[in-house]
Amino acid sequence: MRRILLAGTAISIMAFGAARAEESVEVLHWWTSGGEAAALGVLKDDLAKKGVAWKDMPVAGGSGVQAMTALRARVTAGDPPTAVQMLGFDIKDWAEMGVLGNLDDLAAEQGWDKVVPAALQDFSKFDGHWIAAPVNVHSTNWLWINKAALDKAGGKAPENMTELFALLDNFKAQGITPLAHGGQPWQDGTMWESVVLSEGGMDFYKKAVIESDPAALGGDTMRKVFDDMTKLRTYFDDSFSGRDWNLSSAMVIEGKAGAQQMGDWAKGEFLRAKQVPGTDFVCIRFPGTQGNVLFNSDQFVMFDLGDDEKRSAQLKMASAVEDPAFQVAFNTVKGSVPARTDVPDTAFDDCGKKGMKDLAEAAAGGTLAGSLAHGHGQPGAVKEAIFDVVTQHLNGQITTDEALKRLPEAVAAAK
Amino acid sequence: MSRNEAAIATAAGPGWLNRVVIYGLLLIFAAVYLTPLFVMLATSFKSLDEIRGGDILALPRDPTIEPWLKAWGSACIGVTCEGIKGYFWNSLRMVVPAVLISTMLGALNGYVLTKWRFRGHKIVFGLMLFACFIPFQSVLIPMARVLGTLGLSNSITGLVLVHVVYGLGFTTLFFRNYYEAFPTELIHSAQMDGAGFFTIFRRILLPSSAPIIVVCVIYQFTNIWNDFLFGVSFAAGESAPMTVALNNLVSSSTGVKEYNVDMAAAVIAALPTLIVYVLAGRYFMRGLMAGAVKG
Amino acid sequence: MSHPAPGLKRGLQDWLPKLVLAPSFALVLVFVYGFIVWTAVLSMSKSRILPVYKWAGFDAYERLFAQPSWYMALKNLAIFGSLYISICIALGLMLAILLDQRIRIEGALRPIYLYPMALSFVVTGTAGKWFLNPGMGIQNTVRGWGFESFTFDWLVRPDMAIYTVAIAGIWQASGFVMAMFLAGLRGIDNEMLKAATVDGASTFTIYRRIVIPLLRPAFLSAVIVLAHMAIKSYDLVIALTGGGPGNATELPSTFMYSYTFTRSQMAVGSASAMIMLMGIAAIMVPYLYSELREDRR
Repeated sequence: MRRILLAGTAISIMAFGAARAEESVEVLHWWTSGGEAAALGVLKDDLAKKGVAWKDMPVAGGSGVQAMTALRARVTAGDPPTAVQMLGFDIKDWAEMGVLGNLDDLAAEQGWDKVVPAALQDFSKFDGHWIAAPVNVHSTNWLWINKAALDKAGGKAPENMTELFALLDNFKAQGITPLAHGGQPWQDGTMWESVVLSEGGMDFYKKAVIESDPAALGGDTMRKVFDDMTKLRTYFDDSFSGRDWNLSSAMVIEGKAGAQQMGDWAKGEFLRAKQVPGTDFVCIRFPGTQGNVLFNSDQFVMFDLGDDEKRSAQLKMASAVEDPAFQVAFNTVKGSVPARTDVPDTAFDDCGKKGMKDLAEAAAGGTLAGSLAHGHGQPGAVKEAIFDVVTQHLNGQITTDEALKRLPEAVAAAK
Repeated sequence: MSRNEAAIATAAGPGWLNRVVIYGLLLIFAAVYLTPLFVMLATSFKSLDEIRGGDILALPRDPTIEPWLKAWGSACIGVTCEGIKGYFWNSLRMVVPAVLISTMLGALNGYVLTKWRFRGHKIVFGLMLFACFIPFQSVLIPMARVLGTLGLSNSITGLVLVHVVYGLGFTTLFFRNYYEAFPTELIHSAQMDGAGFFTIFRRILLPSSAPIIVVCVIYQFTNIWNDFLFGVSFAAGESAPMTVALNNLVSSSTGVKEYNVDMAAAVIAALPTLIVYVLAGRYFMRGLMAGAVKG
Repeated sequence: MSHPAPGLKRGLQDWLPKLVLAPSFALVLVFVYGFIVWTAVLSMSKSRILPVYKWAGFDAYERLFAQPSWYMALKNLAIFGSLYISICIALGLMLAILLDQRIRIEGALRPIYLYPMALSFVVTGTAGKWFLNPGMGIQNTVRGWGFESFTFDWLVRPDMAIYTVAIAGIWQASGFVMAMFLAGLRGIDNEMLKAATVDGASTFTIYRRIVIPLLRPAFLSAVIVLAHMAIKSYDLVIALTGGGPGNATELPSTFMYSYTFTRSQMAVGSASAMIMLMGIAAIMVPYLYSELREDRR
């Protein structure tokens, strides 16, 4: 394919003399659903205008797991794609292998250092060099509540765990499923990290999750976290195991459930069902976590292909990705918030506006941290190890005492 | 029609009661086997709202073929929104050569291993048979390396090569067992008449091999058509087979799921194999009988 | 046994068969056994995200056996494998015997039992999940029919989930086994059966003493194909339960994939692959040996 492409390019050059040759980027990503694809289509059209053709290489599944497998195969074959969507620690892993191209010049030219939050830059840079272009920022510590149910319960959004439990009790009395949850390891993990943040604050989260401090992982605050998880479990319905997250959202949309803890991509489901934020549903930070943001950011990584022609296309793409107009167009469709803090929020819906505001505040105040459950808190092995303990505990396979014992052990073993 | 039951039925008890029991059991099982297909088909004709609210076993209230049209021609597989039809042809372009080549090689191998024995032929066969068990995950990375070196990375040709290699164990097994039962006297008399290696194969063995060829083709077609792992690793992107496209459609992680389109796409994806099974089912029986089953 | 090419000393004829077989054999040697050796090498290296050829001894094996989920995977394979193979064979045999009884609609029924094999689990996983999910599937429907206390929530119970994986697997493969047995039944000489009937044997005895023993080759092939599918079943588990609830349905195939790719611990993944291969070899090699010895007949 590459040879055909190069041949085609060569012919174009010959045919049109000094005229601009057909550049192209082969993009590996997992944004395959309608909404996501539409969002990406914005980038594709943008690049087409700049004379860069888009070769799509979509591989869905597991938030990028399959894509990363396909990537490994391509890299081993010596034929990496031009640009790859990547999350969190994967970027670091690949950067370590020395296969990523440097974006410093572009970054300096466009002033990325100033507008991209520092916590994000942690992943976009390796060894001080820019190696990825962040596209968006998702946040995981949200709670989505059915407005009608909330109003019946008094209308006040809960601000800490105690108030949350009270609200959930009220939902139970109303006869609906209090908390819609899907029993999959990553969903369990997403809920767990919100509870960690709620019970212990950002400092505790950083210590336990980001720094893997064994005392924090096995201590009293963590005990409260696991006890909370056990209590939250009592608010699930019986068929929660294995349920896809959007079916849980559907329950809240339909009024069959009161609330769902999920990242901000859940907003897409509500909007799709023609619900209006503030009228039909309410988006709040998970009780006890207001002022803190756990984020995950999709970034485009440019592989070092040793080919100047390709590099020009890559730079164009990176530049297009960071363009404020694109950031608005993409993120309004995708449901996330822009990766640059200098983008106006007028085009976003109310939850989006809140998200952007929260992000800017957290970035300024140092309360912005990477989400563990979505690849920004720890490398894959450690994340999965924590998932193992959390999900077994949530499913009743192990007790809280065992979980407290196993958590630090599992984390240490996975390093 | 069975020749056996004529023999056995005479020894059986009250005819009609047995028939009722037999038919009853068969029909119950048929219903059980069909239910998942029913769920898939029913869902594919419903609208999203109906799916979100409803009962999976209910028939669609307002049937619509829109999901089917979308799945074939306009669903988004990544940035391109042209449905799965392109990938369908990719799969065909991959499966047909892979099946033909691996079957042909299997036939020749079976022929050699049974009619032209040499010292160590059992070890060779044993090694080829054991090769059926290698876990595919273990071969992904080294195979990627090899394909890259051959310049076949991310191409349908590369996929064909992969499927041929990993199908050889089974195709050789099928043909070897089949030819094992083939009377050697015919070979001898042909040799006496001066026929050579290929002539014997072409004139004597091949014409009688129809049943086993069909068995082999069916087995290989099913496995290669439904393969996902090799497809995603060695040909994602434009040359992707239909399973990869289907997975992209069905498994989006943080997007909105359109279950009706997913089911429609899934049934479309399964159609070729289903057709092959139904049409060739008769041959399947005869072929299996003739030797694939023999241990 | 016969040795063809006895008097034909033409050099080419001697070499031609081996020449014809050679490419296939070479491909298998390189792409299967060569890669097995490479996997063994990797299992003793420090590989994480991609192969890294630095010696690490048995480190990966130690880590492997320190994982509780590995033991869960092996235990699940034993449960799943034995249920899958035995029930597929029992069910396949039963359906084949029933279908063999001069059934008028046999032509219609056969594809109905066979079609699940044609569906890939990327395809049927969602339907299967819905079907077995207590809130949406069977339990919900049966309760809707009035049986309020009917419970079928195995899919979501850690101790029972592996059985639902077995059910889904059996649904998929038993038709194929049925086809194998049906063909075998059709190959049985009915002279023998008539003689037994004349001697006064009951249907049951005929089946037990004559028919089933004659199906021995079919049994063996069924076991091979089913064992192969049981070991390789990755799509099935991932689509149906994702390995959950918790890690209750972890199998060596999912474990291998997870450690090699998701968790970027390629050395541990390779170690698990080697252990699996050794396990398979321990079972298959004696079987193959006894099997291939037999054609001295």
